[in-house]
Order: sequence, then structure tokens, then C-alpha cells
Amino acid sequence: MAYDLKDVVANKPSRFTEGHRMCAGCGAPVVARMIMRALKEEDHAVVANATGCMEVSTFIYPYTAWTDSFIHTAFECAGATCAGAEAAYKSMKKQGKLPENKTTKFIAFGGDGGTYDIGLQSLSGAMERGHDMVYVCYDNGAYMNTGIQRSSATPRFADTTTSPAGTVIPGKMQVRKDLAKIMVGHHIPYVAQTLAMTNFKDLYEKSEKAIYTEGPAFLNVMAPCPRGWGYPTEDLMKINKLAADTCYWPLYEVVDGKYKITYKPAKKLPIEEFLRPQKRFKHMFKPGNEWMIEEFQKEVDARWQELLDLEEITNRE
Amino acid sequence: MSIRERLSGNEATAIAMKQINPDVVAAFPITPSTEIPQYFSTFVANGEVDTEFVAVESEHSAMSATIGAEAAGARAMTATSANGLSLMWEMIYIASSLRLPIVMALVNRAVSGPLNIHNDHSDAMGVRDAGWIMLFSENNQEAYDNMLMAHRIAEHKDVLLPVMICQDGFITSHSIENIQLETDEEVRKFVGQYKPEHYLLNDKEPIAIGPLDLQAYLFEHKAGQAEAMRNAKKVIKEVAEDFEKWTGRKYEFFEKYKLDDAEIAIVCMNSTAGTTKAVVDRLRAQGVKAGLLKVRMYRPFPVEEVAEALSHLKAVAVLDKADSLNGAGGALFEDITSAMYVNKKQVPMVNYIYGIGGRDTTEKQLESVFEDLKEISNTSEVGNPYRYLGLRKGEK
Repeated sequence: MAYDLKDVVANKPSRFTEGHRMCAGCGAPVVARMIMRALKEEDHAVVANATGCMEVSTFIYPYTAWTDSFIHTAFECAGATCAGAEAAYKSMKKQGKLPENKTTKFIAFGGDGGTYDIGLQSLSGAMERGHDMVYVCYDNGAYMNTGIQRSSATPRFADTTTSPAGTVIPGKMQVRKDLAKIMVGHHIPYVAQTLAMTNFKDLYEKSEKAIYTEGPAFLNVMAPCPRGWGYPTEDLMKINKLAADTCYWPLYEVVDGKYKITYKPAKKLPIEEFLRPQKRFKHMFKPGNEWMIEEFQKEVDARWQELLDLEEITNRE
Repeated sequence: MSIRERLSGNEATAIAMKQINPDVVAAFPITPSTEIPQYFSTFVANGEVDTEFVAVESEHSAMSATIGAEAAGARAMTATSANGLSLMWEMIYIASSLRLPIVMALVNRAVSGPLNIHNDHSDAMGVRDAGWIMLFSENNQEAYDNMLMAHRIAEHKDVLLPVMICQDGFITSHSIENIQLETDEEVRKFVGQYKPEHYLLNDKEPIAIGPLDLQAYLFEHKAGQAEAMRNAKKVIKEVAEDFEKWTGRKYEFFEKYKLDDAEIAIVCMNSTAGTTKAVVDRLRAQGVKAGLLKVRMYRPFPVEEVAEALSHLKAVAVLDKADSLNGAGGALFEDITSAMYVNKKQVPMVNYIYGIGGRDTTEKQLESVFEDLKEISNTSEVGNPYRYLGLRKGEK
């Protein structure tokens, strides 16, 4: 579908408004605003939010930054809460208890803590049961709301407050969980991985598809955290671009099981380019730690190759 | 026109739910309440209800989805027992704080551990301060009737609190007894349509629910819940009066069985009240002035009324089907003794922890309680008030 950033920003009012208290340079509000803009103007939305930075910064009683209906219950159950609201919609619509000519869409937001970890079961259940909803994980790679503790989305070697880069153990020792693939394993109609890059085209179009694909959809969106990652706030978009250009965060979608990589960098940059500007990887650049960068690069390369293979295999005639 | 039937407590509950025809039911199986979602999903599969049945992957999600549905504007229900309720615990508090009139069937069972699937009240006692209205049921008829009254109470504008209808696992849930059912049409007329004032699916008035609620507001919001709980008393009474006009079956905060002229009495909840009635009858035939106070409305707790009803007695035994493990006695005992003290009623009282993990409670055991009460009323000496009933000696 045709996309023009200027047109979208000029003609579609933001449904996620100013006044929220998320940090300068945080990736999450940028992502939330763009996803909400992908809704058709005439449609109503119910947003469910897991406990986390986004929730505690956007709905502090008695203020809210959300112009659509919004519900937060707890940390691990945005999936089930959203699913319940969607079931109510289905039931009440069928019974003629809601206006016939009005459409409501259901969008859940959770950070990687609320999604990869504590909320994984709730998400899995909601996706498996086929609710017509989108679950958006804004992945900032740690439990940022409680002060930068490691999650299963934290990349290997990252320095967090529960996987500190110490003298014996150099940061998180485990590789990150591949949540998008777990969601693909649910055989839902739409799964995509994206981030806010250049003119937001990739994010906007995937959001629109996710929202308007019938049935469950999952979006995994990288959303950097200046406090947890240690980059200057003004570098948010630069960090996003580097994640895509190094293939650390590949942009792709899986439609009915078929993989499509939506961004293949003309020149795949070495992983150092992404790691160097972030304080959480600082220890990897100390003399004697070259092996860590090598290992990291190997991991990125293997995952990128796997994705290329999956694209080829799933699109074979 | 009532319908005579023979049903188990679970069947009676499921039929009440069918007649209520809620918009959403989200539930997860757990013994002994499993049959409720089973029966209900059959009603859904056969098109007998308009309900969306959400077969969730856990009780945590059952309560989360029920909250999501009720907040969206639907009438939403669920059912659970024991560990299922434990897993919901976080969401139980959230449901009441969001002032959502959810109705849940709780089929009482011992909370682990160790694992035990049989009846006691440790599940319900664990959520007694969670802001839910809690009604207890002696038998299948009361489980059915309480369920028919639940939405009128929960959805009342002065209340807006979730309601839990308790019945004893297996003893009530699986025993088939005679029952009077009302017709679908009459039930729907009595229960009425749910018309929430604010709800997520109202696109004309988008709302935000479940904020970060800090020092400046949370206290007042909690006080609002407490006020709603106090308001519930009046509403529970009014709904019961309307119910009696309709069905002829009378419900009060508690049932007084041969209590008014009694000298000694037992206080208990749920199915044990039935056994106690048989014992009271036998003792009465022997000239013993025994009585029973059966608590129906446990939350809100009818403090003044209970104190008044027990004030004339010479000795009272409170039976708790859950041990509070606090070195002092069971929760019902604490509620009753506190009610008496605050209302300046001085009656010797003793507490028995009984029936834990489904241990049978026999008429003989209850007779022994009345024997103890006779002794206490004669001597006015309570001794140790924290006692056990039916516990094998020397084993712990």
C-alpha cells in the first residue's frame, strides 16, 4: 500500500499524545506512536499494556497519553487481558450489543520482560487461540523499568545490573531468545520483526498489516533504551539504523509461514559498528576481549544466514 | 413456575450460568470445579448461549481475560478451585480494584501443599481481604440461588465489586441432590441486562483503566472499595428480598437454625451446616438447647448482626475449615470474636479447625463439640480456645 511519511504525519493525528514521561532518546514512544498511526482514522482501538516503562510513563493517574481505550492489569498478562477484551467484542458484536458500523481493533504492548519472559505463556495462549489482535513487543533488551536487569532478550555479553560485566564473568553469558521464531511456530497469519528506521516505512507498513490481518499477529520491534544501552539520546535513530545494517536486528515478515526479508543492507556492516557506541558492550573492546566480538559476530552471521535460508526454503515453488 | 430436578452443585452452577447467558466465560480446568467449564462449553458448542468461551491456558489468564472482557463492557464469568485461585491471586486484587462486577464460582478445595484435591476452605480464606463479595452455599440449591443473585449485587451502582459464590468441593459440587430450578425466561428477567456506565468498547467515550496510582490517589481509591463493600450489605439484603418474592426461598446474611432460644451453638459455613442441623435436631429431641448460625455472607462480614444473634448464648463454637497457621486460630473465629468484642458482647467462645484436606466431619464429631460447649457453659471455663476436630492424636 502507498506510504508517504509526510502524508501520514500531516493527515493522521497522533493517537499517542505528548505529555507522557518516557525518557528522551527512548525508542518505545516513537514505535507506539507510529503503530497507533497505522490504524484507520475511523477505527476505534483497545490498547492493553503490560506493566513496564511504557505503562508507568503513559498512564499516571489521573493523566493518560492514550486517546483510544486503554487497559493495564499486570506485568505478565497483556496477552490474556487483550484477548478477553477481544472476546467481549466478538460476543457483543454478534449479539447486536455494539454499533454495527464501528470497528474496534485490539493491540497489546509489552516490553521484552513482559513478553519474552514473564508474559510468554499469556502471549502464547492468546496467539494459539486465534484472537483477532496484534501483540507488539517493544524489545529494549532488558528489564529497564526496574533498572536494567537481564532478560532472555538481552544480547550475549551485555552488561546489565543482574549480569554485570565482572572480573570473572564478562556480562550476560547466554545468547538471546529468538521470540519472533517462537511466534512463527504458532502458525499465526502474521509475524514481523521491525524497528523505527529512516522514514518509518517498514514499521508503518508492518503495523498496518498486523492490525488489519484477520486473526492473531505479532510484531517484534527493537526499541533502544539510552539508559540501559548507554548511548547519547540524540543517537536513537543512528543506533536503530546500525542494528539493521549490521543484521543484528533483521527486518523481516512471515506471512502464512513464508519468510520475506524486508531489508537487506547493501553493505552488511561489521557488528563492532553497532556495539561500539553502546556502554553496555564497552568491556568487549578491552584488549584481550577480541574473542567476544568474534563470537558475537559469529552469532549474528549464523542467524542472518538462517534467515536467508528460511526465506529461500519457504518461498520455493 | 419452578422446575424440580436432581443435580450436582457443579451442574446447578453451570445451569445458572447458562440461564444468565454471560457474554464471555474464560476458565481453566481444575478439580473439583472442572465440570463447570465442561458443562458450559457444551452449552456453547450446542448454541444454547450467546457466550464466547475462552479456553485459556491457565487460571492467571482466566482471571486476566475475564477482567479484559468485563472492562470491555461484557458480563464475564469464570470458575475455579484451590491452586487455580492461588494462581489468580494477583488478578483477584486487580479485578476488585478496577471495580469490575465479575462473578466467579469457587468450588472450595484445599490449597497445596502437599497436593490434595478435596474440600476445605483454605482457598477462599486466602482471598478474604481481596475486595470480593463472598457468599457461601450449604448445598446445590444455595449454590444455584446465590449465583442467580450475584450479578444484581455485583453490578449495582453502589457496589461494583466482583462476587465469589462458594460451595464445598465434592461434598456439594459432585453430590446429586434435589433442586428447584427457575425457568430461563424468569432468570433472565430477574438478572436483567448489564449496562455498564463506562467501558472500553464504547468508542464514543474512550477510557483508560488500570493506571499507575501513586501516593496522592491510591489511598482514596482503596477507601472507595471499602465503601462499596459496606454498601454491598444493603444491596445483598434487597436482592435477597426480591429473590424471595420471586421464588419463595429466603436468604439472609446468615441462617439462624434453632438459634433464638438456644443456649449453645455452632457457627460454620457451607455443607457442614447441613450435618450440624441434623445434630441440632437430635440434641433438641433430647432437650438440649442447641443451635446453629450458618454464615452465608462472609464478605462483607455482618459484624453487628452476628454479634447480636450470638449475644444470648452461654457458649459458642466457631468451626474453621482452614487453619490460619498464625498460632491463634482460624479466620472465621477471628471475625466472630472481633465482632463480639467490638459490640461489647461477652460469650465464651472456642474455635475448632476441622475437615482439613477433605477429612470427613461426622455427626459424632459435631456432637462432641456440643458436649464441650455444655461443659464450657456450665463452668464458663474455655481453656485452650484453639482446638482441632477430627485430628488423629499423636500424628503431625
